[in-house]
Amino acid sequence: MSVFEYAPAPESRSIVTLRSHYGLFVDGEFTDGGGAPLKTVNPATEEVLGEVAVGTDADVDRAVRAARKAFTRVWGPMRPADRGKYLFRIARLLQERAREFAVLETLDNGKPITESRDVDVPLAAAHFFYHAGWADKLEHAGLGPAPRPLGVAGQVIPWNFPLLMLAWKVAPALAAGNTVVLKPAETTPLTALLFAEVCQQADLPPGVVNIVTGAGDTGRAVVEHADVDKVAFTGSTEVGKQIARSVAGTRKALTLELGGKAANIVFDDAPVDQAVEGIVRGIFFNQGHVCCAGSRLLVQESVHDEVIASLQRRIGTLRVGDPLDKNTDVGAINSPEQLARIRELVGIGEAEGAHAWQPEGDLPERGYWHKPTVFTDVTPAHRIARDEVFGPVLSVLTFRTPDEAVAKANNTTYGLSAGIWSEKGSRILAVADQLRAGVVWANTFNQFDPTSPFGGYKQSGYGREGGRTGLRAYLKES
Amino acid sequence: MTHVLDPTAPGRPVAPGAPDAFADVTRSDAAFRAFLHGLPGVDQVGAEARAAQLGTRSIKTTAKAWAIDTAISMVDLTTLEGADTPGRVRSLAAKARRPDPADGSCPQVAAVCVYGDLAGVARDALAGTGIHTAAVATAFPSGRASREVKLADVRDAVANGADEIDMVIDRGAFLSGRYLDVFDEVVAVKEACGDAHLKVILETGELRTYDAVRRASWLAMLAGGDFIKTSTGKVSPAATLPVCLVMLEAVRDFRAATGTQVGVKPAGGIRTTKDAIKHLVMINEVAGPDWLDPVWFRFGASSLLDDLLLQRQKLRTGHYSGPDHVSVV
Repeated sequence: MSVFEYAPAPESRSIVTLRSHYGLFVDGEFTDGGGAPLKTVNPATEEVLGEVAVGTDADVDRAVRAARKAFTRVWGPMRPADRGKYLFRIARLLQERAREFAVLETLDNGKPITESRDVDVPLAAAHFFYHAGWADKLEHAGLGPAPRPLGVAGQVIPWNFPLLMLAWKVAPALAAGNTVVLKPAETTPLTALLFAEVCQQADLPPGVVNIVTGAGDTGRAVVEHADVDKVAFTGSTEVGKQIARSVAGTRKALTLELGGKAANIVFDDAPVDQAVEGIVRGIFFNQGHVCCAGSRLLVQESVHDEVIASLQRRIGTLRVGDPLDKNTDVGAINSPEQLARIRELVGIGEAEGAHAWQPEGDLPERGYWHKPTVFTDVTPAHRIARDEVFGPVLSVLTFRTPDEAVAKANNTTYGLSAGIWSEKGSRILAVADQLRAGVVWANTFNQFDPTSPFGGYKQSGYGREGGRTGLRAYLKES
Repeated sequence: MTHVLDPTAPGRPVAPGAPDAFADVTRSDAAFRAFLHGLPGVDQVGAEARAAQLGTRSIKTTAKAWAIDTAISMVDLTTLEGADTPGRVRSLAAKARRPDPADGSCPQVAAVCVYGDLAGVARDALAGTGIHTAAVATAFPSGRASREVKLADVRDAVANGADEIDMVIDRGAFLSGRYLDVFDEVVAVKEACGDAHLKVILETGELRTYDAVRRASWLAMLAGGDFIKTSTGKVSPAATLPVCLVMLEAVRDFRAATGTQVGVKPAGGIRTTKDAIKHLVMINEVAGPDWLDPVWFRFGASSLLDDLLLQRQKLRTGHYSGPDHVSVV
C-alpha cells in the first residue's frame, strides 16, 4: 500500500449505446447475416456486449457485388477531389466521436482507455486525413501519370487494433478509388460497425464500404471470392500463409502484414532511463498484442544488470486492471484463447530454464489477465526467443559486440520491426543498415504515423501500409 | 584541458563531504569530468514524452484531497523581491502558519523563503511552529560574486536565523567545464552552512540540456547538498516537468549508489494545483514514495498556495469560491 493511492478514475461508458444485436453493413444498410450470431464479450469482465451477425458465403457475395457496383458506377468515376471530401468528412467525424470510439474500443478489446483515447482513435483519424489529401494527387505517387484503382478490395483485420487497422486498410483503398469489403476480427467487431454508422453519417455512397462480421469462414469467403481484385490481410503468419496459398494463381493482388519477434537492442551507451521506457512501451503497450512489439530485449552484457534492475523497478509501477480506468497502463488479454497461448509459451519458457520475473500485485478475478512478465537468461535457442507470444512477455538476451547484436537480432523468421538504443548516431545508422526489419526505431519504439510506411521482411509479410509507398498496394501503374 | 588518460594529471585530497563510493571522482579536474560525462545520457524526446505521459494521470476524490494537503505541506512560501519589508515577511509567515484561516484542518507549509537580511524576521514570526526559515544566499540569483562574498552571504543568513540555505551554483564555471570549481564552491558553502540544510540551485533554465541537468545534479549531491533545486525563479524557463523528472532520477540513482537520500525542489512556474499534482505523481512513480514528504520534496512557489487552497475549498464544499476567499500577503 503506497502512501499515494490513486482513487479509481473510470471513464464513463454512458457515451456508448450498446445494442443487443448488430447486423452486417452491406450496400449502405445494416442487414442480418445468414450464419448463427456470435457473442462479443468485454475481456476485462466477461460481460457479453452484444450479438453480432455472422456473414455466410452468400452474405459475402452480396457485399462484393455491392462493392463492385459502387466501384463501377459511383466511386470509380467520381472526381478524385470529391472522394477526398468524403474522406475528410469521415476523418472529422472520427474526431468528433472520438470518445465514443475510444470507450467502445476499450470495452470490446480490453485495452486501456488511455491508449484507445490517445493512440488508436487519433491515429485512425490521422490516417483518414492523410489519405484524404492523396485522393486528388495520385499522379504524384510515383506510379505514372494516371494510376488507376484495382477495384474491389477484400480486407481482413485483426483484433489488436480494431479501428486503427480498419483505418490503415480502408483509408488508402478509398483514396485510391477502390471500394472495400472488410471483415473485422470475430472478438472485436464493434468499432468497425460504429465506423459503418460514420459512413452513413458522412453520406458515403452505398457499397463503397461494406463490413461483414464473422469468424474464419467469413474471412475465407472474402479472400476467396472470385470478384475481389485485391486482398489485404493483417494477422497471424499461419493464416497469412493460407491466404497466400489461396490467392496464388489468381489475378488478385496481395499484401500481408503478419507476425513479428522484434529485437530491441540496448547498447551500453544508451540513455538508460529512456531505454527502459522504450522497452516497457515496446512490450507492454496494448498488453503486448502488437505485431511489431519489442518482444526480444537484446542488452549489452556490460549494462545487463543495471538495465534489468531499472526495468524491474519501472514495471513495478505499471498499473494493471480495469481498462476503463484512466490510470490503467496494462489492460486485459483479448480472449481466453490468446491467454491460453500466452500461458503455454510462458510455461515452455520456464521448462526451458529461462528465469521468469513478475511484479507484485493482484489481478482482477473476472476477465482474462496476464501479468507483465520478464524472462532473463534466454538464449536464441529458446522457444520464447523464437515464437511470437503476442502478450506481455519479454525475453531478455545479451550480446557483447555490435556484430553479435545484429546477428542475434536478425536470427528470426520474422522481420517486422526493431529498436536501437544508443547515444552514438553513427552506431545507430550502421546497425540499422544491417537489420532486416521493415521498421527500425532509434531511441524510441512503437511510434506510428500515417506518413511512414509499415511492413515486414521474411515471414512478417509483404507490401507496405502508410505513406506514399503504401498507395502502391491499391493502385495500378498507368 | 587535462586529458582523462593523462598520467601526469595532478591529484588532490579527497573531499570531506563526498560519499565513499565516489570519493575519488573529484581527485582531479579530468577525473571529475570523466565521471560526469560518463553518466548515462538523457534522450530529450524520450524524457519529455515520459514527463507528458505522467502528466496524464487522473487524480480524483480521495487521492486529490491527499495530494492537495501534501502539496501544501511541501510549499516553501517565497518572497524574493527588492521591495520586501519586515511587514511583508511577517504577513507571509502568518499565512504560512495558517494558510486557510477559515479551516483549522489545513496543514502548514514547509518553510518561508526570503532574502538573507530578512531571515531573522521570518524566524521570529515562525517561532514555535516547526516551519523552517529558508534564505537565498551566494549572490542570489546570478551568483556572480567572489567566493568570499558568497560565503559571507551564507554565514550572514545563517547568523540571522536561517536554518535552510538556498545557494546558486556558478553556471558560468559549469558551462565552461570547470566542474571542480563549482564542486569546491558547493563544498565550501555547505561548510559555511553549519547545521543549516543546503539546497543547491542548478538554474536549469541556463544549463539548457538535460545532460547538463543530470551532471549538475550529481555534482551538487557529491558536494554534500541536502537538496537539489531547479531554479531561482528569476530565469525563464524555471521548473519544468522534464527537468524535475531528470532530477528525480538523479536522486533515486544517487541513493541506490550511496545510500544517501537527497531532496528535490522545483521552483518557479508552478502555479496551479494541477501542476503540483503532476509533480507528486512523478515523485511517486519515478523516485518513489519515500520522497513524498516535505523533508524530501518542496515546491518553491508563491501563488501556488492560493490555488491549492481554492481547490481544497472546492473539494470540501463542492463549489468554487474566489480569490477573496484566500488571504493576500
